[in-house]
Amino acid sequence: MKVGVLALQGDFEAHAAALRRARPRVEIVEVRQSHHLEGLAGLIIPGGESTTMLKLMEYYGLFESLRAFGARKPVFGTCAGAILLATEVLNPAQASLGLVDLTVERNAYGRQLDSRVVRLSTHELGGDAELEAVLIRAPIIRRVGAGGRVLVRYQNDPVLVEIGGHLVATFHPELSPDPRVHERFLSRLEP
Amino acid sequence: MRYLDEAFRVKIGLAEMLKGGVIMDVTDAKQAEIAEKAGACAVMALERVPADIRKEGGVARMSAISTIREIMKTVSIPVMAKVRIGHFAEAQVLEALEVDYIDESEVLTPADEEFHINKRAFKVPFVCGCRNLGEALRRIAEGAAMIRTKGEAGSGNIVEAVRHMRTIIREMKQLTVLGEEELVAESKKIGAPLELVEYVHKHGKLPVPNFSAGGIATPADAALARFLGAEAVFVGSGIFKSSDPEVRAKAIVKANTNYTDPKAVLEASEELGEAMPGLDVSKLPESELMQTRGW
Repeated sequence: MKVGVLALQGDFEAHAAALRRARPRVEIVEVRQSHHLEGLAGLIIPGGESTTMLKLMEYYGLFESLRAFGARKPVFGTCAGAILLATEVLNPAQASLGLVDLTVERNAYGRQLDSRVVRLSTHELGGDAELEAVLIRAPIIRRVGAGGRVLVRYQNDPVLVEIGGHLVATFHPELSPDPRVHERFLSRLEP
Repeated sequence: MRYLDEAFRVKIGLAEMLKGGVIMDVTDAKQAEIAEKAGACAVMALERVPADIRKEGGVARMSAISTIREIMKTVSIPVMAKVRIGHFAEAQVLEALEVDYIDESEVLTPADEEFHINKRAFKVPFVCGCRNLGEALRRIAEGAAMIRTKGEAGSGNIVEAVRHMRTIIREMKQLTVLGEEELVAESKKIGAPLELVEYVHKHGKLPVPNFSAGGIATPADAALARFLGAEAVFVGSGIFKSSDPEVRAKAIVKANTNYTDPKAVLEASEELGEAMPGLDVSKLPESELMQTRGW
């Protein structure tokens, strides 16, 4: 099974490593141009700077091909990835792929000094073990659209949401050793 | 390893998010806006770009607070700012201002000729320059959560950036093939803590992201730095000292992402105007080099 990681900018290598931790034999494709999307079972949009990724999507004509891909196959976005997937972005308002019905506010906890590591309880990922969540200049999901299922919350805000076949995290599971979130995404893919 | 505690992971976390990107030097909010619009993943606020510091001389210090504040208000990407080597009071001011990253930089006039800042005492993350592995590991031991090779800032000449990246990558490779019994002597030789020498011996890389700086002026320069092992690039004078900052900023961002595809780098290099004037670094007197600052 081939899984893509959008490699325009950001922590795409950390996602590739996390995928290998979750499933050692998965084939990983770094997506930098539209033709790299061919034959992928799913795609991860990593953390990074959403404004930078938007620019690069524009430079390389990826915007429409990513939208088309997301209409057919599951996409997993973390942090900047969550911002790019949402239908509505605040602080400031900006363009997005609009693949999942969410309202996301950028840098909602503040600047880097407000970045943090927290431990969250969840019963949705198999077992009762706490989930470590690394929040880096993180966004907050302000609204979850119809059919969205909140898997994990922090301070009452959703931080991991399954919606419309996609998975969205405002934190960075790729920066923690726990493979459960990536396993969850992989389990939904069809080769 | 004691260096990699939770607070340090949060600092490295932001550096991880900047990978694969271009961090641009800016001196005011207008330049910061141009940088963000071109696709910079962060901006670095400084008083004057290195080429001007070199030309005008005098003491180069941390930027005016009002300028940094204005930049922070203008862009949504992370804002970094430079402090003088060893000047922890300037760093405390920037932490109070809540900048996202501090560069303890050889580009500014050093405040301390013996000691760098104890960066572990801060909550805000730091980036520091290096020319070789020993210097990189000393900075990490002091708490730097990102390393950039120094190159020669403001020269418009990639040769020193190449030398420094090649040096550190070679030294890391060499460490991986040493025997366990050789590591203490190696630690003494390069002047770096044993624990960090052991980390590189085991993993073949630094425990923090490794970026490149100092002399990148063209899209192909950025591609070269990435090929040699840089995980992202800093561009200083190269953009705002060129004849076409907006076009050049975009071109460097574009080439940096698809640096392994020569056609993409070609496309990015079309329609560029004049690059910044370059200096022959080998003809610069030792006293004018910035890279030798830092201990």
